[in-house]
Formats: sequence, C-alpha cells, structure tokens
Amino acid sequence: MCLGVPGKVIETQEDPLGMTMGRVSFGGIVKEVCLAYTPDVEVGDFVVVHVGFAISKIDEEEAHKVFEYLQEIGELQELDVPQPGDTEQEADG
Amino acid sequence: MRYVDEYRAEAEAQKFVQAIKGTVTREWNLMEVCGGQTHTLIKSGIDRMLPELVTLVHGPGCPVCVTPLELIDRAIAIARRPEIIFTSFGDMLRVPGSKTDLLSAKSEGADVRMVYSPLDSVKLAEQNPDRQVVFFAVGFETTAPPNAMAVHAAQQQGVDNFSILTSHVLVPPAMETLLSSPDNQVQGFLAAGHVCAIMGYWEYEPIAEKYQVPIVVTGFEPLDLLQGIFMTLKALEEGRWGVENQYARLVVREGNQPAQKLMGQVFETCDRKWRGIGEIPMSGYRLKDEFEHFDAEKRFDVGAIEAQEAPECIAGEILVGMKKPHECTAFGTKCKPEHPLGAPMVSAEGACAAYFQYGRGE
Repeated sequence: MCLGVPGKVIETQEDPLGMTMGRVSFGGIVKEVCLAYTPDVEVGDFVVVHVGFAISKIDEEEAHKVFEYLQEIGELQELDVPQPGDTEQEADG
Repeated sequence: MRYVDEYRAEAEAQKFVQAIKGTVTREWNLMEVCGGQTHTLIKSGIDRMLPELVTLVHGPGCPVCVTPLELIDRAIAIARRPEIIFTSFGDMLRVPGSKTDLLSAKSEGADVRMVYSPLDSVKLAEQNPDRQVVFFAVGFETTAPPNAMAVHAAQQQGVDNFSILTSHVLVPPAMETLLSSPDNQVQGFLAAGHVCAIMGYWEYEPIAEKYQVPIVVTGFEPLDLLQGIFMTLKALEEGRWGVENQYARLVVREGNQPAQKLMGQVFETCDRKWRGIGEIPMSGYRLKDEFEHFDAEKRFDVGAIEAQEAPECIAGEILVGMKKPHECTAFGTKCKPEHPLGAPMVSAEGACAAYFQYGRGE
C-alpha cells in the first residue's frame, strides 16, 4: 500500500475549488492524479505517485529506471483499476 | 538473484554484498519496517545474499495486516447495507475478517468496488447522490495525506454522501513499542522511504538517540535496500547511532510540508489498536471533531461487533519480528494465500505471503 510509481505529468488543471489536478502517464497508462502536495510541478516533470497523489518530484532517468523495475517485478496492477472518469471518456469518444 | 539480474544491476548489487561481507564481524539483527521492503528483500533474494551473521527481522509495516479485525468485520457489515457503495484499495478485499472477507461479501451481493485513489470515491459519491459511498481509509503516514484530501475535498464540495471508515497507524510509536520491549532483538532499522517522503525523518532522531540505534531511511528497489543494509551495519560496527538517509532522491528531513499541513487539519493523533499487536498509545490518526460527520463508523450503526481471530494464527508474533512465518504450524498447510487464516498471508506487504510466494517455507 506504500507503493510509489513514477510517471510523467502531461497535463495540469485546477479543479473548480482550486485544487491542482493533473494527468500523469505511467508508460502510456494515463491516470488522473492530485498534484496538491507537489505545488511546484509543471507539465513534463516526473513525479512519484502514491494512490493517485504525487508525493514527490523525481528526475527523469531515475523515473524510467524505477518504472522499468516495477514493471519487471509485476508491481503495477494498481494502474489497471479504472477511475470514475474513464467510462465518461469512453462514452465521449 | 533473478530479479536483481533483471534489474541489470548485478555488478552494483555484488559490490554492496562484498562491502557488507567486509564490514560485518559479529551477529546483528536489522528490522525493515515496511512490508513492501520485506517483499523486495525476499523476492530479490537479498536475504540469501547476506552473511549468516546478519538477520533481517520483518517489521509491522503492513497496513492491511495491522488493521483491527473488528474494523474489517465492521467494514463487511457496512458494505452489506443496500444503500452503500463500499470502496477500498484492492489489497483490503481479501483480508480475512472473523467469518468472511469483503470480496466474498461482494460475491454475495454487496456493492464493493476497488478504487485507484480516495478522490475517486468522492467522485463516485458525486455521481451517485442517492447512495452512500464509504471509503476504507487505512494505512500508514504515506496514505494519510490522500485520505485527508478526500475528506477535505468532500467537505469543500458539499459531498454529504461520502464518508470514511478509518484506522490510520503511525510508524514511530510502533518502533518505540518494539524497542522498549524486554524481548527486543532489533539493533538497527531500515525506515520506510515513502512514509519518510511525507513525514521527513526528524521524528526518528529522538528515537535513535534514546535507544542508541541506527535508523536508515531506505528506498524500495533492491539496490536501495542493499545500500540501506550496508549503511546500518556500518554504523553498528562503528558503534554509531542516529538517522541517515539512503533515499535522499525522494526524502528530505522535513518531509512534504503541504501534505503534513492538510493531514494536521483533518486528522489528530489517538491511541490505536493494531491487529495482532494490541493497543499502542498515540499510534494512530482519527478524524478531528469538525470532520466527525465524515466518520462512517458513526454514520452507520451496525451494532456490536464480536471479532474472533483464528486461534492457530501467530500474525502478532510475526508482525513484531518474534517469529518467522515458516515457524507457524499452519504455514503453507491450513494457511495459504487462497485460504488465509491471517492478514499477513494475503497482503502484498505481508511477510507470510512473501515467504510462501518465494519458497522460504522450508
């Protein structure tokens, strides 16, 4: 439950109440992630994400290394869990 | 060795193994606090690469394992109510309660759903205004800021049909409980990297000083763990104590300030019962009074819960490192991942599951 998965921030937006949210790509799987705890993050940065929250920035090379490792040991199942927005998108598309 | 090979870092791993062998002159017991680290250590075979003088004691850092049995029974009772959508991370679903688990309740008709993020539960509540959405908010300090944010967001957005069933636990009080026990064997700690990414490591400094133990903040990949083990052993051999940081690429002494700030707004520390271990003073978080209406335990009365542990299960002794999983008479026979007696056999962070999966049963 303390797993941290590195990913790339591909979009940031403020939700209506001012909380910074973003879309983060984990090797192509895109999740909606809360960026409120990493206020200085910008599009293109890499972050370590725990249960849908960025908890820290991480450099790109390190991010790739850790992601590949997690992939190799099969620790990325959590990325398969759908999010409430996913079905809407499919319906839209 | 397999996974270390695959990590393409064998040469570097060997460098640390040699350094460890060159450093150790006597017996040492180290505890890795986090169950995620336990799994990496066993899976990558690091436990078998170390000199025989070094014993790794597996710690209580498995949130699923220490969640009180009564709370799991309560979760199941709440999930069975027809108005409820019960949401949880996947690893709680198969944890055995007294009689059954959440996944079985789901197969019997309860609306139990796995979510990626606690904020997704809030969104589900918004999308289902005629239902009550409950999130099972357990975990250590790493997971507390996301859960605090879910409650904060629900309040800000006026999502009244959202609540959490919570039992948060904290690492430092558990370490102190272990260290102050007359039976304690642990001489040095690997502290959990992601807990420290949130909390920093300043709160471990007085513990290291008081009990004169080295505590090394350590990451989760095999090389992180080997380096953390080396740093701890070097300190022990040199008679030093204090806190060192192996995981500096993610952890600073003060931790993540915005996360701590929001946790402080939503939660307050309280005494907490740990499954298998018992009550530890000031070792948990509960919702502050002003967020009381988001407390699922208060919102949904499911009557008195009489929890009953499986009598053969020795999870408590395993969680404090007094016994290894294979020393349990039920290990691999009556207790397997597909029919567990206790939580450490199902959790991705449970020591019993690691020993079973990676053949440490003999």
